[in-house]
Amino acid sequence: MPERIRHAPLDMGKATFPKAKIQLIKDQCKGCGFCIRFCPQKVLEESQEINARGVHPPKIVDESKCLACGFCTAVCPDFAIFIIEKPSKEDVKNG
Amino acid sequence: MVQEIMHPLSKYLREAMIPHIWCTGCGNGIILNCFVHAVDELEMDLDKLVVVSGIGCIGRSAGYTNADSFHTTHGRALAFATGVKLANPELNVVVISGDGDLFAIGGNHFIHAARRNMGIKVICANNFNYGMTGGQQGPTTPLEASTTTTPYGNIEHPFNLVHLAAASGATYVARWTTLHVRRLTQSIKRMLQKEGFCFIEVVSPCPEIFGRRNKMRTGLEMMDWFKRASVVENFSDPSKAEITPEKLVVGEFVNIEKVSYEKFLHEKISQINERKVGW
Ligand SMILES: Cc1ncc(C[n+]2csc(CCOP(=O)(O)OP(=O)(O)O)c2C)c(N)n1
Ligand code: SF4
Ligand code: SF4
Ligand code: SF4
Ligand SMILES: [Mg+2]
Repeated sequence: MPERIRHAPLDMGKATFPKAKIQLIKDQCKGCGFCIRFCPQKVLEESQEINARGVHPPKIVDESKCLACGFCTAVCPDFAIFIIEKPSKEDVKNG
Repeated sequence: MVQEIMHPLSKYLREAMIPHIWCTGCGNGIILNCFVHAVDELEMDLDKLVVVSGIGCIGRSAGYTNADSFHTTHGRALAFATGVKLANPELNVVVISGDGDLFAIGGNHFIHAARRNMGIKVICANNFNYGMTGGQQGPTTPLEASTTTTPYGNIEHPFNLVHLAAASGATYVARWTTLHVRRLTQSIKRMLQKEGFCFIEVVSPCPEIFGRRNKMRTGLEMMDWFKRASVVENFSDPSKAEITPEKLVVGEFVNIEKVSYEKFLHEKISQINERKVGW
């Protein structure tokens, strides 16, 4: 799992931010709302859907705002959400 | 439940036992998540990992972890873990248990395992009450808090767990809340690599039983309290590490080296075998 840097790097202006694909295992969610409330980028929101447990799982509002910090993955008590980091443009360029 | 997507940490969980039974907004799942995350980052050999817990909601962690694990009787997690560690010091022995289990019925085991510097790593989910049995007052219930057995407010002074652990001789002592997922995971990694007795207290929401009697009906409200009140004071005096509605002191308090009991024991055994005993 990715270990993210916690401080702003000096070349912040030039840096490309990591991106991620957010994976929801909807029926495993118990609807605590932790991932929604504490995502620093406000990427998630409560959905109107009702899952197998009878709660509203989160939905992704804007995946492009996600910075792959991994907080949602770590704070979910039910292992219902995780991210897959997408390779950055530089990674692709460098093979 | 058939699932198409697999969580990357699911291999550390016993499939047949998941989903766990913990309530919505309970912090126990976060503690389990951070623990297996730390195990994953350290690439630990699961054949050398033993997870022991006592009775209580958090006590179910042993059953959920896909390692050799044992769910002991109430209060006896450390006694059992001591046996495991002494029989095979190669094993990494972790105890994950509750405030009631470790500090009420199991209190003596705790202070003596710490004093002897038994190489056991302890994670305590402090939810301020006996969650599993209906929310009775316990050794960490704050003064004036309402529980099922203190409906007019608690009049017993609580233990300060980090102070107790430090005074008893633990070589690593930290406190985090379930909101401090990164620091908690780092702390767990650190303690898993140490030799002696280590202790991490995790202040954890129990909205169903404790929170709702104390004006925090949901896990979110309890986590909001952690966010509002937490102050990181690394290596400050643990005796001053308070937990009040206004201030919740978190951080690492102790990180020292000291020879473990099992090392002394096995050295002593070889001395005896070589007849080099005495002063
Ligand atoms: C010898 C014995 N005494 C009492 C009990 C009842 N009992 C079960 S769990 C528990 C307290 C659990 O509290 P804690 O360790 O804080 O765990 P939590 O449920 O809060 O996670 C008690 C008193 C028991 N199971 N065995
Ligand atoms: S990885 Fe971070 S930014 Fe992305 S959704 Fe999760 S918490 Fe939000
Ligand atoms: S943290 Fe997990 S259980 Fe809670 S709302 Fe998000 S996905 Fe659901
Ligand atoms: S009773 Fe409290 S500690 Fe037990 S599972 Fe429910 S919220 Fe968690
Ligand atoms: Mg408890």
